[in-house]
Amino acid sequence: MTGIIAASPPVARISGVSLHYGKTLALDGVDLDIPAGKMVAMIGPDGVGKSSLFSLLAGARAIQSGMVEVLGGDMADREHREGICPRIAYMPQGLGRNLYPTLSIDENLEFFGRLFGQDAQERERRIAQLTHSTGLAPFRKRPAGKLSGGMKQKLGLCCALIHDPDFLLLDEPTTGVDPLSRAQFWDLIDSIRADRPTMSVLVATAYMEEAERFDWLVAMDAGRILATGTAQDFYARTNEPTLERAFIALLPEERRRGHKPVEIPARASDNEVAIEAQGLTMRFGDFTAVDHVDFRIERGEIFGFLGSNGCGKSTTMKMLTGLLKATDGQAWLFGREVENDDMATRGRVGYMSQAFSLYSELTVRQNLELHAQLFHVPKDIIPARIQEMAGRFDLNDIMEALPDSIPLGQRQRLSLAVAMIHKPEMLILDEPTSGVDPIARDQFWQMMIDLSRNDQVTIFISTHFMNEAMRCDRISLMHAGRVLISDTPTAIVEQRGSAGLEEAFISCLQEATGSTAPVADEKDASDEVAPSPIPVATTAKNDASSPHLQVSPRFSQRRMMSYARRESLELRRDPIRATLALLGSVILMFIMGYGISLDVEKLPFAVLDRDGTTTSENYALNLAGSRYFVEHSPITDYASLDRRMRAGEISVALEIPPNFARDLRRGVPVEIGVWMDGAMPTRAETIKGYLQAMHAEWLSNMSLQATGARPSSGAVNIELRYRYNPNVLSLIAIAPAVIPILLLLFPAILTALSVVREKELGSIINFYVTPITRLEFLLGKQLPYVVLAMVNYVTLVLVAVFVFRVPMTGNLLAMTVGAFLYTLCSTAIGLLFSIFMRSQIAALFATAIGTILPSVQFSGLTNPVSSLEGVGKAIGTIFPASHFVTICRGVFSKGLGFVDLTHQLMALAISFPILLGACAILLRKQER
Amino acid sequence: MEQAINIYRLGIKELRSLWRDPMMLVLIFYAFSLGIYAAATGMPETLHKAPIAIVDEDQSPLSNRVSSAFYPPHFTQPALINLPQVDKGLDAGTYTFALDIPPNFQRDVLAGRHPTVQLNVDATSMTQAFTGGGYIQQIVQGEASEFLAGTRSAATGPVSMNLRARFNPNLTQSWFASLMEIINNVTMLSIILTGAALIREREHGTIEHLLVMPVTPFEIMASKVWAMGLVVLIACGLSLIFMVQGLLGVPIEGSIALFLLGAALHLFATTSMGIFMGTIARSMPQFGLLLMLVLLPLQMLSGGVTARESMPDFVQMVMLVAPTTHFVSMSQAVLYRGAGFAVVWHQFLSIIAIGSLFFFAALTRFRKTISSMT
Repeated sequence: MTGIIAASPPVARISGVSLHYGKTLALDGVDLDIPAGKMVAMIGPDGVGKSSLFSLLAGARAIQSGMVEVLGGDMADREHREGICPRIAYMPQGLGRNLYPTLSIDENLEFFGRLFGQDAQERERRIAQLTHSTGLAPFRKRPAGKLSGGMKQKLGLCCALIHDPDFLLLDEPTTGVDPLSRAQFWDLIDSIRADRPTMSVLVATAYMEEAERFDWLVAMDAGRILATGTAQDFYARTNEPTLERAFIALLPEERRRGHKPVEIPARASDNEVAIEAQGLTMRFGDFTAVDHVDFRIERGEIFGFLGSNGCGKSTTMKMLTGLLKATDGQAWLFGREVENDDMATRGRVGYMSQAFSLYSELTVRQNLELHAQLFHVPKDIIPARIQEMAGRFDLNDIMEALPDSIPLGQRQRLSLAVAMIHKPEMLILDEPTSGVDPIARDQFWQMMIDLSRNDQVTIFISTHFMNEAMRCDRISLMHAGRVLISDTPTAIVEQRGSAGLEEAFISCLQEATGSTAPVADEKDASDEVAPSPIPVATTAKNDASSPHLQVSPRFSQRRMMSYARRESLELRRDPIRATLALLGSVILMFIMGYGISLDVEKLPFAVLDRDGTTTSENYALNLAGSRYFVEHSPITDYASLDRRMRAGEISVALEIPPNFARDLRRGVPVEIGVWMDGAMPTRAETIKGYLQAMHAEWLSNMSLQATGARPSSGAVNIELRYRYNPNVLSLIAIAPAVIPILLLLFPAILTALSVVREKELGSIINFYVTPITRLEFLLGKQLPYVVLAMVNYVTLVLVAVFVFRVPMTGNLLAMTVGAFLYTLCSTAIGLLFSIFMRSQIAALFATAIGTILPSVQFSGLTNPVSSLEGVGKAIGTIFPASHFVTICRGVFSKGLGFVDLTHQLMALAISFPILLGACAILLRKQER
Repeated sequence: MEQAINIYRLGIKELRSLWRDPMMLVLIFYAFSLGIYAAATGMPETLHKAPIAIVDEDQSPLSNRVSSAFYPPHFTQPALINLPQVDKGLDAGTYTFALDIPPNFQRDVLAGRHPTVQLNVDATSMTQAFTGGGYIQQIVQGEASEFLAGTRSAATGPVSMNLRARFNPNLTQSWFASLMEIINNVTMLSIILTGAALIREREHGTIEHLLVMPVTPFEIMASKVWAMGLVVLIACGLSLIFMVQGLLGVPIEGSIALFLLGAALHLFATTSMGIFMGTIARSMPQFGLLLMLVLLPLQMLSGGVTARESMPDFVQMVMLVAPTTHFVSMSQAVLYRGAGFAVVWHQFLSIIAIGSLFFFAALTRFRKTISSMT
């Protein structure tokens, strides 16, 4: 054994590697050689640095200090990383975290196949093989989001194996997966290894029983390596019969302190029913998630719920908590029927959901505090209670940490502490120990047992660990929404005649799926198809296993299209988004086209007429008769003038002085006082223009009446020619300029969110660990939104021409080329925003403030860029929208073509590579 | 009482969450400081550096006089070009105005033949086209008659008009632009903070957690409304005092307290709107689109960009349902015209009515959709 290890060089060599997350030390000077061609398991509690080590090995995270060599080269060297990337496969922690839930199994696999440069034929062959050997073949069209946990993990494995990696990294692939699926998963790995003996596999696992089957083990704790060797070595060193016990023995003294085997005292039954369900049923559409489930749980009982993922356990629990309203049947807690707004009952129950659902923005302490307060724990005992929970769940060191920065196991402990902070009489716990290390699990169970036996707390718990199930007073096995069997653990083992509970369950499940196959709920139907042991044809594999041997090109269209295609599939699966994007812009075009009117009309005015003659009335009539002004009731005095102007009721007030008519006749100079509302300066300027023109017109009319001739109109005739828009219509000026705004806002927001979304939901990891380059990623993300934006452009132009009747006088092709360049820019702007943002909210906000103001105010919609000042001018000059506004107006109204618009088209053509280049430089291919 | 305590505590949680998102804080700070500054100073005066070109085919003292009558800040230094360049310059949008002075202009003026000067205006820049056209006519006429008379005679008729602009005597654009930008940001931010935060809670599964605790949907919603409303209100108040009054030196006529009271009511309406939108959208991208669809009309059509009375009747009617319409008119009345409560009480009432409507609509939808959110 050792001879082989010494003979072939290790697949990975780690020396002196440390890693910090802020102040937290995740890895502390780790030295480790991982032997090639072996199944290596990394065991240890959560938060000891297993996942960090994995991400360093996969190249997903940047190395801070120390040396990581994988497949014979330094991982800090970018070239080497890119070179060996196709030879590594990395499956991150979490159920299907790197999968795309709306895409089908086939589509997910095709996405990865393309990333590794496979052509259609090769992809199809590989997908057929992989899905066949994993038993996923019958479900190839099903979206990944609708798969059970076990199936998701199998799909994740298929995605990792699609390119025949030499080094397979699986980070807790079976956490949260039921026993049957787990057994199938490992059989699958074994058969693949039998097929490709040179492949090295590194697995992190929390299930110690599983680890026993591996060739070589690495035990880790607190960022350090505790021990390495085979399982036999471990037993020999510690004198313990199981790996779980051996691991505990290997831990340093202070970690082991206080650990003792769990003891379960007998329970004194008092026959008081705490939870009762009768015919509880939940249907989602035509899918029955829970099918007439009955049970009675006594006060103080620990009731275990087992079953494959998606069998209805969580749904049943949600119905009990009142989160979901049962379709049929009834449930009682403490003898009261479950109502979803029964606050008193809620206060007596503690619930922990399967997915982590605490506030990641609050520290551990703040989370505990908030929940204590919401459950109305008296104020003076909250600090003591928090202290107590922190001590119990060993959270003291991380009280000020944020949940995102602590590992899964510690987060689970925090969730539990939160569920128990108000000392509930009943605990409903949905897989509380998934991903928690053995010591913590034992401590947790000791606590559950104390609560049950001493405080008569009823515990309703679901789990995948058989040794935990053994500790329950009674257990139920669920499958496909129905309870298969319900009894004490020992009775079940006896009844099935099995050696242990796991075996009893697997046989029970196989029996159920075998006998009920036709009516079995579809979700779990995969489990009935045992993984086929058919070895993958070796010759075929060898033919195909060489894509990574060729030097991967600097830019691969296939890889880019892989992202583009996936993005457009997701877009197509979310028709609301696409429709909203297309329809939304048309709606906005209407709103802005008709709504923004730069014509100032129907201005309310009133007159303070101190003269009261026909002449003074005539003056007011002159205004009121035009379409620009509307007369309101006369003003009586200054006070009312002031009040009405302040209230905004009138925009213009005229004061005609006493003796106006008489003075006019006599030729005595008179002055009309005019006040206008200056609150909106643009409007006031227009009012001023109107008033002056109408005043002059009135004078000229007066003079015509008095002398029979118009006064000379000045020394010069001025001929005004309103070009491009002879009637000075708002619509013609506005509609072409609105198109650039809309083609900026929607594509930018959609593109920005599409990237930040991957960051927030975790699938960004695929970008880190596959051979796709930054440019391919960016362009691939952009492409679908450019296409969407161009469709949008066509609709908007059609609306402008046929609905708004804006005449199109120039070269349509020139504008279309401009639109294409412009949408490239606007989507690149979205990408640029996405690089800086981590959360979707921030991305949304940043893109909104970064695009609305510049495009609406600084791009020439209302004021030409040349008239702007300061920041506005600087933005307007370089902002792509201002160039496209000129192009749109030019082609619509000014009859321009390519030659006239060369400057603007060039500017857009230059902006795009600059924006994209900035994105490519700023985007990181590794997590930091 | 317990309800009030829950609402208070959940609100504190919202505030703490926001505090943990440094990028969001930076953006809020930007929106209410630099964002306001850019919007206020970037907007030109109505006739500011209007780009003008002159074709001088006369080259006489008079035509020179006319050319030199155009200067900043109203106009740019005129570009002296020849006739063929006129179309090109207008096409490219380099000039908004092109004035063509014909040959023998001075001679004809002196002879009283009223020569014709042609003024080409790019009417796609509507705002400038309107006001600028009038200015240029006046200037040309003025120069010509002054040249004739030797002095610029105030060509006053028997009746003169004494025009005074109230509330903003010099019609300074930044007074207007800065306040409108604050109002826009208040609306945008409050909708994003509540709506997007709701979607985020849903995507992260935390809403489920709240629902098993003894808190009601009403409490969850009310807490978001007060906490996010408060953040925006504080940002708005600080921005008004330090940016608008301080740095930009805009005089505020009315009572800031009254304005902030109105803003608080407005926030009640917009945060409720945000939650309402959060219950409709199923994912963040959908919310983003919905946001644009709601935000742009709110900004463009509530009287903050162009005057309401010029809009089609139908649009005016529909926009009465938008809280921004009343908020904009209230803000303009209070801040510019120094109106007191006696003047703006009916806008207050409208905002309260609309806010309650949105709040209860959102609450109903929130209750109804909450089980499907988990």
